[in-house]
Amino acid sequence: MKYRIAIMAALAVTWTGSVLAQAKDPTIAGIEKYREMLGDDNPAELYEARGEILWKKAAGPKNVSLEKCDLGLGPGVVKGAYAKTPRYFGDAGRVMDIESRINWCRETIQGFSTADIVKKPFGSADKPSEIEDLLAYVVTASKGMKISPPNSHPKELEAFALGEALFHLRAGPYDFSCGTCHAVDGMRIRLQELPNLTKTADAKGAYTGWPAYRVSTSRLHSMQWRINDCFRQQRFPEPKYMSESVNALITFLAVMGEGAEYKGPALKR
Amino acid sequence: MKKINTTVLAAAVALTTFLAAGCATEREHHASPEMMKKATIAVKRDFQEKGIAKMDRVATDKLQDICNRSGDNPSPEMAAMLESEQTTTLKLPADGNYMGDWKAGEKLAQSGQGLTWNAKAGAPNGGNCYNCHQISPEELSYGTIGPSLLGFGKTRGYTSETQKYAYAKIYNSKAFTACSAMPRFGHVGALDEKQIKDLVALLVDPKSPVNK
Repeated sequence: MKYRIAIMAALAVTWTGSVLAQAKDPTIAGIEKYREMLGDDNPAELYEARGEILWKKAAGPKNVSLEKCDLGLGPGVVKGAYAKTPRYFGDAGRVMDIESRINWCRETIQGFSTADIVKKPFGSADKPSEIEDLLAYVVTASKGMKISPPNSHPKELEAFALGEALFHLRAGPYDFSCGTCHAVDGMRIRLQELPNLTKTADAKGAYTGWPAYRVSTSRLHSMQWRINDCFRQQRFPEPKYMSESVNALITFLAVMGEGAEYKGPALKR
Repeated sequence: MKKINTTVLAAAVALTTFLAAGCATEREHHASPEMMKKATIAVKRDFQEKGIAKMDRVATDKLQDICNRSGDNPSPEMAAMLESEQTTTLKLPADGNYMGDWKAGEKLAQSGQGLTWNAKAGAPNGGNCYNCHQISPEELSYGTIGPSLLGFGKTRGYTSETQKYAYAKIYNSKAFTACSAMPRFGHVGALDEKQIKDLVALLVDPKSPVNK
């Protein structure tokens, strides 16, 4: 709450200032100023702190913590695990992104029901979801590492190929694919610059840009959410949370963004 | 001889224009036709209806299928066939009048509302035009996915042919370029006849800021 007030105040001040001072998009100018004021701080740190407590706390029908969760580098290893996802998990028999894997552990270790988790996957400003807290904790533990999904198991290669195809699939009333906006260099929607996600340079920035704390919504958004909202804007029906299609798209993006240094959750307007 | 030279020159100019236009919208696409087919199956399994966005939206039509399989680059024969098929579905105004009110057109061009799963059923859709095009010179917040439409009528002439072209292009862009990035606004019922006429006026009315 303290953060939200500070953000709003900072934006109000900088908005007014920037409108008078320059013709630049006031929202962008505001967030730039706000970033300066924060320095290296990001409200996502609150999520991370809550996530760490949640990770270590006994919970769920089985009343155990997630400390034995295997995120791909062995049971209990959190450090660096996110940077090496999405990956194929033999116990689940499929490729999972980090969010799917954390939820897998919540189900298999703690006894939570995936059916319940899927019902309301994304939190709101007033009611953050536990998965977003846990996610912030896990991804932050890969800070300073290079994004390096394995992309070698046949299932991982298959996920990449499916993700790439889904990225280019035109459908819906507007005939849009992800690629309609994100497969060309230097394009904009209104003033919003569009990364070309088929090129490594842009894909690196885009992939490490999520999860992100969004000032305009006062909450942390995951990559699963980001994909979901892209399809909303594409005028598609809703992609199911943690489905094979969403994980395939995240695999495609991660492989395209391979080699990027991960700097922790991003801060966006 | 002179005549041949002129023809060759005209062809060269046309080819250059075609290539330049092609390059501007060329999208990187390495997915194979087989994988594209798998993707059409995957969306039917992994998506669900929400609000006004029902599952029929991922049942791709013939044009989408061919664009998907060819990476938006169908053979010239296939492209010509698709364009001809889309042309036969064009519904031009019965009264033969293509022009509406450019001021209403400007409002419509500004709006990006409509057809998302959280949009209200039955609410009028926006034109989404500024998302991709420069239109009126006063509006600096414009996208660059489509070409600039600044001076549209002035450049092409304030004729009924220009009006008809603009109407048809907004109604169904694929009648002109089979795998154009632009939606088929009239064809899919996203915009009605009056709305398209207002947009035509925004582009072709000599009084519109587009032509100042």
